Amino acid sequence: MNHPAILETKQAFGETTLIVDPTRIVDLCRHLKDSEKYVRLSGITAVDLHPAEPRFEVIYHLHSIDKNQRLRLKCLVSGVNPEIDSATGVWRSANWYEREVFDMFGIGFRNHPNLVRILMPIDWEGYPLRKDYPVHGYKYSYPSE
Amino acid sequence: MSNIKHSFDDHTSTIQATQEIPATPAAPRRMTLNMGPQHPSTHGVLRIVLELEGETIISAAPDIGFLHTGIEKEFEQKNWQQAVTLTDRVDYLANLSNNLVYALAVEKLLQIEIPARAQWTRVMMTELSRLNSHLVWLGTHALDIGAMTMFFYCFREREDILRIFEMFSGQRMMTSYIRIGGLALEPPRGWQQVVGKFIKAFPSKVDEYEELLNANPIWIRRTQGVGYISLEDMLDLGITGPMLRGAGLNWDIRKSEPYSSYDKFDFKVPVETSNDVWSRYRVRIQEMRESAKIITQALEGMPEGAWQADAPHVVLPEREKMKTQMESLIYHFKIVTEGFRVPAGEAYQCVEAPRGEIGYYVVSDGTSKPYRVHMRTPSFGNLQGLPKMLEGILIADSIAALGSMDFVLGDTDR
Repeated sequence: MNHPAILETKQAFGETTLIVDPTRIVDLCRHLKDSEKYVRLSGITAVDLHPAEPRFEVIYHLHSIDKNQRLRLKCLVSGVNPEIDSATGVWRSANWYEREVFDMFGIGFRNHPNLVRILMPIDWEGYPLRKDYPVHGYKYSYPSE
Repeated sequence: MSNIKHSFDDHTSTIQATQEIPATPAAPRRMTLNMGPQHPSTHGVLRIVLELEGETIISAAPDIGFLHTGIEKEFEQKNWQQAVTLTDRVDYLANLSNNLVYALAVEKLLQIEIPARAQWTRVMMTELSRLNSHLVWLGTHALDIGAMTMFFYCFREREDILRIFEMFSGQRMMTSYIRIGGLALEPPRGWQQVVGKFIKAFPSKVDEYEELLNANPIWIRRTQGVGYISLEDMLDLGITGPMLRGAGLNWDIRKSEPYSSYDKFDFKVPVETSNDVWSRYRVRIQEMRESAKIITQALEGMPEGAWQADAPHVVLPEREKMKTQMESLIYHFKIVTEGFRVPAGEAYQCVEAPRGEIGYYVVSDGTSKPYRVHMRTPSFGNLQGLPKMLEGILIADSIAALGSMDFVLGDTDR
């Protein structure tokens, strides 16, 4: 597969991972959906590599029913004001998946129609799945820590 | 009558006079209705904000997160084997599917072979949990629509399945029976008789359900032509599972990407084309029959041999060996105290759960705890399609329509 947005291709355990230039992710998604038959977006998630920089990996799992193939896209996003373009224009299912990533990691999605918290209460402070967020939250503190 | 005069007659009439009925407005007024979070037919804690025009739903906005318990965060605190218990609690009706997908993902990273007997037992147990889930769905869904008897019938059979789970694992619901490297316990003595007796009787029970519902005029009118959503919309919105098969798409992960030796079993993927609540009911009923076939095949052809992988660094040694052999004792100590390490890497594994595609994305950094586990749960994806499905239908039909999605809120919110 050749597309200028693809920086690197990796194979492991029979799974293909493409490392993608985060500024051109939507271009590539559009191309994969229209020309490569990746009709389904199975999910979007993120991994926090704290304290590394760029800090976040945003991960897209694509699935093509026709070709019976799966594909993983990976974008590296900086920890300072993390932002990436939204894929909601390509797959509508990205809406909730991106809201979940925003809720849990605090990664912003540009051009998202309704980027608000989805699982946590709307006025929650902090992003629970970040590695520097304590398991018990900020509400309680324990003397041993 | 007319000659009886009450002293408060005049008083009553003045009240009636002030309660003037307003003239019917030219355009019907819109109304916002909160359904849930404690509405019985939302099957959990789901709130839907409905915008109504008369009895027609103009828009629906699901509000989720009431059952969010931070399971993904908790994964990062447990060691690999302990985390199996968390997977049960995600979808409490299909807990074995969740056990299985997590075990398969970690085994992919560990690259260990699972013996045939363990694989077949996994298939059998997962199919029993599919029956369990579909029975709960059928019982509660029929109850929502008004067929109360179904609830008792379905829970009668479900009880037998829970007894089988208890026999295998000691637990009725949170079984944690499928572990990394095989099973939690060896299948108990005499399980063939118990499962055999259940599965021999089961098809006739499904006949009973169909007898009650198939020709029932209320059931037919409340399900046929209700809850339409086009196949393109479903794929675009992330819906999976029986919903897609009810819209004519022949896609089942057990067939397309076989795992845990599903390719050795003979079963069909039921597909219906009418794309409404009725077709989803038909798909699930036929899936129950196919699952029963798979369980029968597993029962008859169960291979002999080990029920755990030959991987001493992952699987706890037998008690006898632990007490007599030094190596086993060391492995036992290592596994119990710090847990096993998983080589650094990432893997995505998906299985066909009763509700659709469960996918676990597991990342390891080479330590004895998962670095990140993400669960792509079918209920979360399916629920995203709910506003589209409810748009423009009657509020009375919304109960049937959302019931046909078969979501579990624990699975949605995690």
